[in-house]
Amino acid sequence: MYEIIEGFIEAGRLIITLDPDVMTIAARSVIVSFVATIAATLISVPLGAAINFGTFPGRKGLINLIQTLYSLPTVIVGLLIFLLISRVGPFGFMRLLFTPTAMIIAQTVLVLPIMTGLTISALSGVDPVIRDTLHSLGATRLQFLINVMKEARFAILATVAVGFGRAISEVGAAILVGGNIMASSFMRSTRVLTTAISLETSMGNIPKSIALGIILLTIALGVNLAITMVQHR
Amino acid sequence: MIDLKSVSKRFDDTVVLRRVTARVERGEIFAVIGPSGSGKSTLLRLINLLDTPEGGEIRIGGSSIHTKGDQRLRIRRMMGMVFQKPAAFSATVYENVAVGLRFRGVSEGTIREKVGDALDVIGLAGYEERKARTLSGGEMQRVALARAMVTEPEVLLMDEPTANLDPVSVGMIEELVLQINRDLGTTIMISTHDMYQGQRLAHRIGVLMDGVFAQVGTPREVFTLPTSREVARFIGIENIIEGVVVAAGSGIAVIDIGGTSIRAVSPFGVGEEVCLCIRSEDLRILRPSGEGDLHGKNSLPGTVLSIAPRGPFSRVTVDCGFVLTSILSWKTVDSLGIEEGEQVVVSFVPEAVHAVRAARG
Repeated sequence: MYEIIEGFIEAGRLIITLDPDVMTIAARSVIVSFVATIAATLISVPLGAAINFGTFPGRKGLINLIQTLYSLPTVIVGLLIFLLISRVGPFGFMRLLFTPTAMIIAQTVLVLPIMTGLTISALSGVDPVIRDTLHSLGATRLQFLINVMKEARFAILATVAVGFGRAISEVGAAILVGGNIMASSFMRSTRVLTTAISLETSMGNIPKSIALGIILLTIALGVNLAITMVQHR
Repeated sequence: MIDLKSVSKRFDDTVVLRRVTARVERGEIFAVIGPSGSGKSTLLRLINLLDTPEGGEIRIGGSSIHTKGDQRLRIRRMMGMVFQKPAAFSATVYENVAVGLRFRGVSEGTIREKVGDALDVIGLAGYEERKARTLSGGEMQRVALARAMVTEPEVLLMDEPTANLDPVSVGMIEELVLQINRDLGTTIMISTHDMYQGQRLAHRIGVLMDGVFAQVGTPREVFTLPTSREVARFIGIENIIEGVVVAAGSGIAVIDIGGTSIRAVSPFGVGEEVCLCIRSEDLRILRPSGEGDLHGKNSLPGTVLSIAPRGPFSRVTVDCGFVLTSILSWKTVDSLGIEEGEQVVVSFVPEAVHAVRAARG
């Protein structure tokens, strides 16, 4: 018990003194997950719109599949990307394995189903009268899509927050394709908050694990608070 | 302006519209009245290209609306529509009204001017920066009307626009509809289940029943000369009695109703089965002693079944062998001193009786 309390005190010190090691890992975590979320947003929003407003055979089956993939295990995504970018894989020539880029790709793939599914929910949740009104006012197809998305913007924003939360909190894919490397260069290192917590805990460095954990929770809380503030503006 | 030719629509196994044919003239207010589920909303949605008919043709200003691409968009932009449920975009009042103009690529200066004018007309000047979703239902519906009108459509479609509103808001919307039609000459097609709203607003009324226009005519024609028993019932004629013409000539016929004779203005010949429609306001109730001039009138003895209050009036039902209902002021009931179970005489002129053919349709 004493050890845990001491861990928290030490964690506080690491955060307050802006420990360079801890801050570097936190910054890398945010950057990797932020870029992955942006990439996933750029794919999932148009994809979600196409599925929601499209009429094609197998549409319902596709939505069911996407919803099933919400619970896609992170290590499975990690393994899949690992197989694709490992030296013997089809994209091995790109030499992406154990780079932040590989982690971004894995996290993008990981959050894509949930962000696409929630985008479909967000768009289908727009009042049918609003959709009729847009048609009735003479919207072109593009004007219609843009305006429905504007109506669903807060729900889509919440989708982005969920995606970011899942990306920054996953550890399985990050460790498989990132490798938890601490190199001299910021952009060549792949140690992020979750992989660092995993490592530090296994090494018995509890105060550092707690500090990293508190930062991870604070980032998640901060993102959600920011989204809530925007939604209530 | 709007031509409907044999327009049909079904949803799965449910037939909603059965070969509807009608014509709405340019500059006219045409009200579609009918009970819930009669197909009013579907008809307006078909005209506004929000649904596709299974059969028939709709033309606006002579052009068929069943086209694709730019032509379809051009036709749609000739129309504006206000829906039953007040709905606003998640934006300011200004942005809500401006949407249609933005779709048409109108310059910001012109948008500002037109939106300002539109808000003046609907009585919401100064509300530009308010979030539209914080408005009341009535205000939101006025914004919806301004949003539809600011693009100056030739045809305005209104689908039960006042169904969810308080009486004051209903009055404001109705006044705006009349003003738009009068000042801009916009052709307006409005659906309502409130037949009196149809009467207040429309130049002509179409009574839609079971997916077909049972009658189209001026409000006076529809409300005084219904063409069928169903229309008569819908427009609120309480006394509808079946009988057979036993004598006819010089415009007045005698109709036998189970042994009781009624004199009515009727074009039908002897032996024809008819329904007699008599408005309860046209029935007088007298004491059996029989004061007043009954010459030429129908006067049927009967027993008072019930006297029930209805707003500032009393609804009196009398059994004359068949039940007749009369609406009288409280004062009249008091001065007659009648009570349930008492003998009275029901009196009405033959001109108050409108005969329709008994056969359906």
